[in-house]
Amino acid sequence: MRSLAVSRLSAATRLWLLAALAVAAMVAFMTLGLRGNLTFALELRAVRLLALVQVGVAVAVSTVVFQTVTANRVLTPSIMGFDALYVFGQMLLVLLLGAAGFAALDPRLKFAGEAVVMVAMALLLFVPLLRRRFDIGLLLLAGVVLGVLFRSLASLVARLIDPNEFAVAQGMSFANFNTVRPDLLAIGLVVTVAAAAIVWRQRHLLDVLSLGADSAIGLGVDWSRVLIGLLLLVALLVAVSTALVGPVTFLGLLVAAIAERVVDSRRHFLLLPAAVLTAVVVLVGGQTVLQHGLGQATTLGVVIEFVGGLVFLGMLLAAGRR
Amino acid sequence: MTEAARPGFRLLLVAGLVALFVASLLVGVGDLPLRRIAGDPAALQLLLVSRLPRTLAALLAGAGLAIAGLVLQILARNRFVEPVTTGTGQSAALGILLVTLLFPAASIAMKTAVATVAALAGTSLFLAVAHRLPPTQPFLIPLFGLVYGGVVGAAATYIAWQADLLQFIEVWTNGEFSGVLRGRYELLWITAAVVALAWWIADRLTIASMGREVSVGLGLDYRRIVQLGLVMIAVVSSLCVVVVGIIPFVGLVVPNLVSRLLGDNLRRALPWVAAAGAALVLACDIVGRLIRYPYEVPVGTVLGVVGAGLFLWILFGRAARA
Amino acid sequence: MIEIENVSLRLQDTRILHDISLTLPKGGLTALVGPNGAGKSSLLSLVARLQPLQSGRIVVDGLPVDATPGRQLAKRLAILRQDPAVAARLRVRELVGFGRFPHGRGRLDDRDRALIEAALQQFGLQDLADRFLDTLSGGQRQRALVAMAFCQGTDYMLLDEPLNNLDMQFARQLMRDLRKAVEEERRTVIVVLHDINHAAVYADRIVAMKAGRVVADGPPSAVLRTEVLAEVFGYPMQVVEIDGAPLVLHHR
Repeated sequence: MRSLAVSRLSAATRLWLLAALAVAAMVAFMTLGLRGNLTFALELRAVRLLALVQVGVAVAVSTVVFQTVTANRVLTPSIMGFDALYVFGQMLLVLLLGAAGFAALDPRLKFAGEAVVMVAMALLLFVPLLRRRFDIGLLLLAGVVLGVLFRSLASLVARLIDPNEFAVAQGMSFANFNTVRPDLLAIGLVVTVAAAAIVWRQRHLLDVLSLGADSAIGLGVDWSRVLIGLLLLVALLVAVSTALVGPVTFLGLLVAAIAERVVDSRRHFLLLPAAVLTAVVVLVGGQTVLQHGLGQATTLGVVIEFVGGLVFLGMLLAAGRR
Repeated sequence: MTEAARPGFRLLLVAGLVALFVASLLVGVGDLPLRRIAGDPAALQLLLVSRLPRTLAALLAGAGLAIAGLVLQILARNRFVEPVTTGTGQSAALGILLVTLLFPAASIAMKTAVATVAALAGTSLFLAVAHRLPPTQPFLIPLFGLVYGGVVGAAATYIAWQADLLQFIEVWTNGEFSGVLRGRYELLWITAAVVALAWWIADRLTIASMGREVSVGLGLDYRRIVQLGLVMIAVVSSLCVVVVGIIPFVGLVVPNLVSRLLGDNLRRALPWVAAAGAALVLACDIVGRLIRYPYEVPVGTVLGVVGAGLFLWILFGRAARA
Repeated sequence: MIEIENVSLRLQDTRILHDISLTLPKGGLTALVGPNGAGKSSLLSLVARLQPLQSGRIVVDGLPVDATPGRQLAKRLAILRQDPAVAARLRVRELVGFGRFPHGRGRLDDRDRALIEAALQQFGLQDLADRFLDTLSGGQRQRALVAMAFCQGTDYMLLDEPLNNLDMQFARQLMRDLRKAVEEERRTVIVVLHDINHAAVYADRIVAMKAGRVVADGPPSAVLRTEVLAEVFGYPMQVVEIDGAPLVLHHR
């Protein structure tokens, strides 16, 4: 895929090229096909751009961290059912508060509540699971099934709340990049920036963790404590992206796989920015191309899931052949 | 499991099946007290037109899906797969969708035939890949299957979306018995024939479960068993999808649980696999009718929760023993 | 009689077998020996039609293996491959009973049941008969699998490294059981062996293979000689005689 000329460039140069591509995508997103009231349109687009970039950062960082912590490139938080967990937490909250009480709640408060429920469940479920160091295949399979379980639970709860409201269950199971939730942008921004900053400060620790739990412990890392801390960040980031656009199972996998090929390294000072930039290119660029090129703005989520799913199957086959 | 526990299991299963059968006839929105049935033509009508067909449909679908799961586990030589979640069900849904789009006037039998062909193609592809995955990593095959089924399902959803047929996809992908009436489920009796056929060739299936080399050594035409098995799986899956929609996990958890109690000599165990599948689906259907009375929760949703939970229990139960 | 004529085998770009011709008359215990990759297992699986024949001819009692219905052949010849990972939860008696499948297609009559009990007896499995396979040790499983091949009641039994993973006492017991089957039941046993000293004591004939060719063929006393073994295994080893049987000091 990569041309020979590009592959000869240094990792830093390729990263800059990726950055240029991401900027180009953002500029195109903001300017292509502008019509009517300029201020209004630009403001609308800026809000959506901010949301997409946030989702990109959250998904990219959480996936890279999760893959490093589990020392596996096929695992991502979404594949392990994290986003389904968020949706389930949401439904649980609706059940506890009643639909009316839930609707009356401030969205930021709701988000906080859902995030707390989700982080608590993620830690309760995944810390023991990862600590026991099960076979990675078992872990993957269990994660996918956990995802199915949470999604089924969420739709069961949805039907219990309102038997006629099929749309609730349906709306939850698709990602939608077209209509973002502006009311959550600010709180999402705070969480994303804070989490990304913490992860960036820990980039050298992450390099050590990518050697695997045994080596990391041997090098003096308090693995259990670090695991809990990083999983907490991952859960928060997944909560942000799911709250903004809904569940996207394979975006993280796609982004991390492309990023690793671009910088050809597992070092986090390269991998983290590369993954973030790739996510921006895929989300913002993909949305722009679909909207203005193909006139199908609503289908980005489906396309990403489809391509990401195929990439996942390919990686499984490759891992199996080794 | 001790020798004494097994007759207990069989007795319990038979008693449970009878109890569920009676309960299923009596439970529902329309009031149907036992003593009125004989004298009241309206009550008799309700029984014969709705309750009895619904009960029979649940029994047939459950037995058929459990056997289809058993056969696929033998063909894939992996205990953690079942047709409905590894692409067969989704391929069948894709097939019906395409025939509905291209030939809206096609009869239900015609649609079933096309669905069967699509299911056959989807399952063959899955098996071809499954056999290329290393047998040393048993969790890769079901994982591949789940995501493969997801990708095929996403393709079907996308096409349905474009063609504005999403509500149909919902009908085919989420199993539900509430629409079953006399005259609208009878195709399902074909699954009874498939179950009978499976019992007829039970010895051959047991030998096939020991692998190709043992089979050939014992003079079994292994290729023909695989072909026959594929057809059986495709027929049962597509019939279930056409008549009631996708019901997940039955084919996965039932053969595993029965194998633990009765072993894998299918001459002996196969009828109990069918009976346990029938009982599980009927029980979940009754739960679905009661949990939000007078509204109904689809059996597919109930089994998504119950089945995923049971599957996780089987997975980690095995890991803990190993 | 098993007649192997000009059989070659090529997998991808590797030649596994080079133009092998070999005749194995009825009766006796024949051991196939040789270093890893010599082609012993491939030859065995070709005879047992587990792999398609690419060139040459293999005939068992007048029946060409590539053109005879599988069931008919299964009444003449039983095969036990190395480590056939049988994951099915079967009881030992059930597993052994499947050896009767080629005869009755799964319907067991009284004669079949008697043969199953005899096979259990022969391999010392009576006490384990009602246990599930997955509760047995590796050695017990292996014995159950051999008993199943035995129960198939065929004139020819082909066994691929049946002593793998067996403790010393089980390995000895299995070889004695096979010897008994040869002498008392007139069976023909062809077995791939890793340890040539087992071949020295229990085999009537040893076929030594190397790099896809037969390099030596004859009774133990003829094959187990220093110069022959050096050609097969690539290093010289001392051979002594104890109680009339050769003993190869291959580990020194």
